[in-house]
Amino acid sequence: MSVMKLSASVLALAVAATGAHAQARNQVQVAGSSTVLPYSTIVAEAFGENFDFPTPVIQSGGSSAGLQQFCQGIGENTPDIANSSRLIRDSEIETCAANGVTDIMAVQIGYDGIVFASDVNGNEFAFTPADWYKALAAQVVVDGALVANPYTTWNEVNPDLPNQPILAFIPGTKHGTREVFGEKVMAAGCEESGALEALTALSDEDTAEEQCGAIRTDGKSVDIDGDYTETLARIQSDKNGIGVFGLSFYENNTNTLRVATMSGVVPSTESIASGEYPVSRPLQFYVKKAHIGVIPGLKEFVEFFVSDDMAGPNGPLAAYGLVSDPELAATQAAVAAEETM
Amino acid sequence: MSDISSHRERGSLLVADARTKRRNAAEARFRAYGMIAIGVAMAALVTLLVSIFGNGSSAFRQTFVTVPIALPAETLDPSGSRDPAEMAKVTTIGYGNVLKAGVVAAVREAGVAPEGIADNDISGILSQEAPAQLRSMVLANPELIGTTVETRLLAHGRIDGFFKGRVTMQSAERDSNVTPERLQLATAMRDAGMMSSGFNWGFVTMPDASDQRPEAAGLGVAILGSLYMMAVVLCLSVPIGVAASIYLEEFAPKNRWTDVIEVNISNLAAVPSIVFGILGLAMFINFAHLPQSAPIVGGLVLTLMTVPTIIISTRAALKAVPPSIRDAALGIGASRMQTVFHHVLPLAMPGILTGTIIGLAQALGETAPLLLIGMVAFVRDYPGGLFDPSSALPVQVYNWTQRSDPAFVERASGAIIVLLVFLICMNAIAIILRRRFERRW
Repeated sequence: MSVMKLSASVLALAVAATGAHAQARNQVQVAGSSTVLPYSTIVAEAFGENFDFPTPVIQSGGSSAGLQQFCQGIGENTPDIANSSRLIRDSEIETCAANGVTDIMAVQIGYDGIVFASDVNGNEFAFTPADWYKALAAQVVVDGALVANPYTTWNEVNPDLPNQPILAFIPGTKHGTREVFGEKVMAAGCEESGALEALTALSDEDTAEEQCGAIRTDGKSVDIDGDYTETLARIQSDKNGIGVFGLSFYENNTNTLRVATMSGVVPSTESIASGEYPVSRPLQFYVKKAHIGVIPGLKEFVEFFVSDDMAGPNGPLAAYGLVSDPELAATQAAVAAEETM
Repeated sequence: MSDISSHRERGSLLVADARTKRRNAAEARFRAYGMIAIGVAMAALVTLLVSIFGNGSSAFRQTFVTVPIALPAETLDPSGSRDPAEMAKVTTIGYGNVLKAGVVAAVREAGVAPEGIADNDISGILSQEAPAQLRSMVLANPELIGTTVETRLLAHGRIDGFFKGRVTMQSAERDSNVTPERLQLATAMRDAGMMSSGFNWGFVTMPDASDQRPEAAGLGVAILGSLYMMAVVLCLSVPIGVAASIYLEEFAPKNRWTDVIEVNISNLAAVPSIVFGILGLAMFINFAHLPQSAPIVGGLVLTLMTVPTIIISTRAALKAVPPSIRDAALGIGASRMQTVFHHVLPLAMPGILTGTIIGLAQALGETAPLLLIGMVAFVRDYPGGLFDPSSALPVQVYNWTQRSDPAFVERASGAIIVLLVFLICMNAIAIILRRRFERRW
């Protein structure tokens, strides 16, 4: 009966092992945005090398998924930190509060630029938000009437642009980047081009704002639900394509991509830091204050993340493409004092 | 009784009639279809393998820089105690400066530096992992301090890419991470024997690395995590699966209930794996409070997925044992349990093992359920047990395909090669077991 005995003992062992697990988690756990992920991994790696604490474990699954996990409650099997490429929503704060997560520290780590890039051997582009609005809007106003977007090439949108078919690869709706694109490019372009006024004249203001953000669905604009690597692959297979990327991704792929200027400004960490380049957004993470002192190394990790050695203008994060926050000293003070939202 | 052949026209056996020709032609066509089908499948396989090996084989070679580095006592051990705990206060930033000074001095001394190259360009040929390599080397052996040590360090990913043909002088001009001067220096250093490439053991032993250090990224943690998970799957799914199928096949009455169970098992085997991930999140993490990202949870989820496969193959193996064996055993007075365990099970063993290994191979390549239980994560520390966070091989492939540095393309394909090698080994074992031990009646 050795087989029976073996199976019984293995099962018993497994059950015992499952039940006996009571040891405290000794490493920091992070979840959330895939945009913040590379910065987090760079800091985690350096943290693990230089401190006596284990290297933090960093999951990625998008800002929303991360915040959802974060708000599930207090305790070892929930993440200590949620990375986010957008600000936490009121509804998420409510969910958090309902599950007992009340004291949340918000830590802004810097800014991330969003750039428009095409194949390295293709045409050069100098865009304004208005060009993007006209090229990608579902409906535009022509001679006082609302018509389906008639433009098929960039020079029809703006005579200064090259004669190249419109084909844009933009982030899908599950990405935080799409929100920024809608706000800083489409909405800004709508207003800048005077379309907002024309649309308001045709109906009311709310409808007009909604129409500003609507993106054409006739195949000229393609939603990319995957990562920037997918956008890059699409551009390589169709040289007419123009893709939306994060600045750090572009900087790692300068040999295959040519970046476009926006309103005459070349995107770089400097032009984003000075505010000249218009399309950027803050990156942040949220920390559960209740876990500080419970999870070893949590506060040290957060302090290390925002230290000048890491997030400063000469640190490795800036070298990777993060635009350093001019208010970093204030953030450091807030972290040291464990200020909550 | 009339003679049937008389109704047919008599023809020569040597000359095929029209109907025979049609039948022969149909057979020839069918063979052609079969060969085309196999050809298409083979072409797909070859394309896949060629692209994976073409991209990934270079991950197994890596460029290293061998330079003498002076280890000054005043910066690396300010207290002078040679106590590793005290020395640990010097961070990788401090070691980075030592390393920079060392490599600049070595390159200038060897006279390989191109005219007017900046110090930053010289130190830029080293990986950002190098300070950490040096630091752990010194902390492990404090006696090295104060001496000059010949060290073998990882070269920067772009330099490595240059020797692998991924980076060219033209692309370096547009690249913010490398300059043409660095590439010239790298060529000169290789000619002088200070830079060489060798088999990359680090790729299978080292943990994952961040986006800035693709050259240091390895599969160590992922392989360990996958092995832990497979151990859990093996220890749980084999006893559960075999016990369930023996009961169903040999002892259970044939009634409506066993029919319902049978249909459900077949259904479970076809449920998309992500469903097991959702179940695992609800059951093991939210209800049982097991830790996130742990191989125990991954193993339990994959067990749920593998058990139906094992039950189905075990039942097939038990069914294949002829009833005469059972009858003979029962006839000489064995109990039903003795019959099963002394006679039927040993004969069915090769089939059961084959099914188990195929089930395990499936579980090894599974990614979707692991997404939900936090195993798609950046993990640097080797897991010491089933409850420590770890990643897994297929997850590592998925992770690396999302990284922005082009060097990770090679790493991802390399990881696929490692995964394929594991799968080939497992399937080969399954075939050997079947060939050697299977009995046919």
